[in-house]
Amino acid sequence: MTTVVTKKKHTGKKLTVGHVIGTIFKYAFLLALTVIALIPFVWMISSSLKTSVDVFSIPMKWIPETFHWENYTQIWEKVPLLAYFKNTAILAVIVTFMQILTSSFAAYAFAKMNFRGRDLLFMCYIGTIAVPWQVYMVPQFIMMRSIGLYDTIWALVALQSFSAFGVFLMRQFYMGIPNDLSEAARIDGLSEYGIWARIVLPLSKPAIATLCIFTFVNTWNDYMGPMIYLTTDIRKTIQVGLRRFIQAYSADYNLIMAASLCSLLPVTIVFLFLQRYFIEGIATTGMKG
Amino acid sequence: MTKSVGKRKMGKLERRNTLIAYSFLAPNFIGFVVFTLIPVLFSIVLAFMNWSGGSNITWAGLDNFKLIFKDFSFTKSNLGIALKNTVYYTVATVPITIACALGLALVLNKAVKGAKFFRAVFFFPYVASLVAICVCWNFLLMKTGPVNQVLSFFGINITKSWTSSRDLAIWAIIIVSVWRNAGYYMVMYLAGLQGVPAELYEAATMDGANGWQKFTKVTLPMLTPTTFFVSIMLVISCFKIYDVVAIMTQGGPGRSTKMLVTYIFELSFGGEGIATSAQYGVASAVSMVLLAIVLLVTYIQFRGEKKWVNYM
Repeated sequence: MTTVVTKKKHTGKKLTVGHVIGTIFKYAFLLALTVIALIPFVWMISSSLKTSVDVFSIPMKWIPETFHWENYTQIWEKVPLLAYFKNTAILAVIVTFMQILTSSFAAYAFAKMNFRGRDLLFMCYIGTIAVPWQVYMVPQFIMMRSIGLYDTIWALVALQSFSAFGVFLMRQFYMGIPNDLSEAARIDGLSEYGIWARIVLPLSKPAIATLCIFTFVNTWNDYMGPMIYLTTDIRKTIQVGLRRFIQAYSADYNLIMAASLCSLLPVTIVFLFLQRYFIEGIATTGMKG
Repeated sequence: MTKSVGKRKMGKLERRNTLIAYSFLAPNFIGFVVFTLIPVLFSIVLAFMNWSGGSNITWAGLDNFKLIFKDFSFTKSNLGIALKNTVYYTVATVPITIACALGLALVLNKAVKGAKFFRAVFFFPYVASLVAICVCWNFLLMKTGPVNQVLSFFGINITKSWTSSRDLAIWAIIIVSVWRNAGYYMVMYLAGLQGVPAELYEAATMDGANGWQKFTKVTLPMLTPTTFFVSIMLVISCFKIYDVVAIMTQGGPGRSTKMLVTYIFELSFGGEGIATSAQYGVASAVSMVLLAIVLLVTYIQFRGEKKWVNYM
């Protein structure tokens, strides 16, 4: 009690016992939520270092008695995991690059130029965001197969490179860039392409970062697309490959967890580096829509 | 300068401008038309056709729809079960996710040390690899897995793996969905909370409102635009549920977690490991049902918008 009172004098703010209890409660609550959010990952790490028999031992041990690091070397020999990683990385990089290029280009026209049919066309774009991909995946599949893209990553590139969502996200950001800037540049004789390249694009780094992680994460985690389109084992992506690994070694819980953890690493790294932009980006697109 | 000359000049300029605008749009638009718009239109046509992938395409009229609605019942027919499961999943997932997302946002919106850290932590499940987290949850929810161990500590004894129990399997999917998405929608609520003016809380305090009253009379009404947006996004994404189901339960045990998209998938590509002949026409007919539901629900939500959403 006395310490609380002295604190109150020092800070000069209203600080009662209730506030202190409230603060303790708040952090205890946050800690509990953190545990819920992260515990599957902790369990994953712990299990990946055990033998498969020990994974479901009762009572469970969070820290393995001996660390079986060899699990992490074994997984690469069982299935072509490295090939899966490489395929997914190539796919994710190409798709991300294409999305940013085509989306920012189209978004410029929607946000900074006046032309006939602009608003109608934009509404069409928004409308298709609401149509579930699953509704048209079958005709899309048939089409891709007929043009010979079946069982290549190019089918997935074509599938994911031209999203209406990317255009929407970039357009929302461009709307926030003052028109005076582009007007002034026009008067100075800069072409529209010049304005896009020299003024709008450099100003839209946060939006680019957001779209970058969004696309990268989605492509990396996509399960359904690669499952439909890729049949040759060494062409598969990590999600489908991981699933195959799980089916083939369903009793090796430790190895499954080790492989799963490896599949998490790239997105985790991308997320940690760019998460600030990512979270801001979602918030702005979510709210201004 | 006479009026007509000015007009002609404007017209020329406008045309040039439009051409430049189209050149900006073209790379995205061409891809969009070819890979999205045409397939969407194609799927509408396909719903009225008989086709199993070969060179034989015949007009089916309403046969595909008659087939999927034949002997319709929520306990026996494939479409009925898929519909029931999808609606059940949606009705459970949407409110729980909204409650969790809002709860997380409210806690983080207060002056919290390390708010950025917690925000990243709660968001992380959303970016984590899908197959990895699904299989991890599958293990956590196993018969002797950690979740059942913790529950038995509280006197709740579950003697089955969640994903192999007819009653619990769908809840395993709901739990994973909520756990995965709550952080994502939390971010939207955080943005919404930033937009609530501090003066409103000050005024409420002066009027003698307590914390709960401030929450129900200020925070919730001010957040209705966010809730509106979040609920539309969530409902659409719930009706599209497929991947979590495919990885965790494959629609089983029995048909207890069969969803609309699971059904479409089985008709077009066969079940996992089961090769059946493709029934693209029937699959497209089910797709049309899915599309109709999504559009209808979105329409109803927009119709109801004025009744409960407050815009400043």
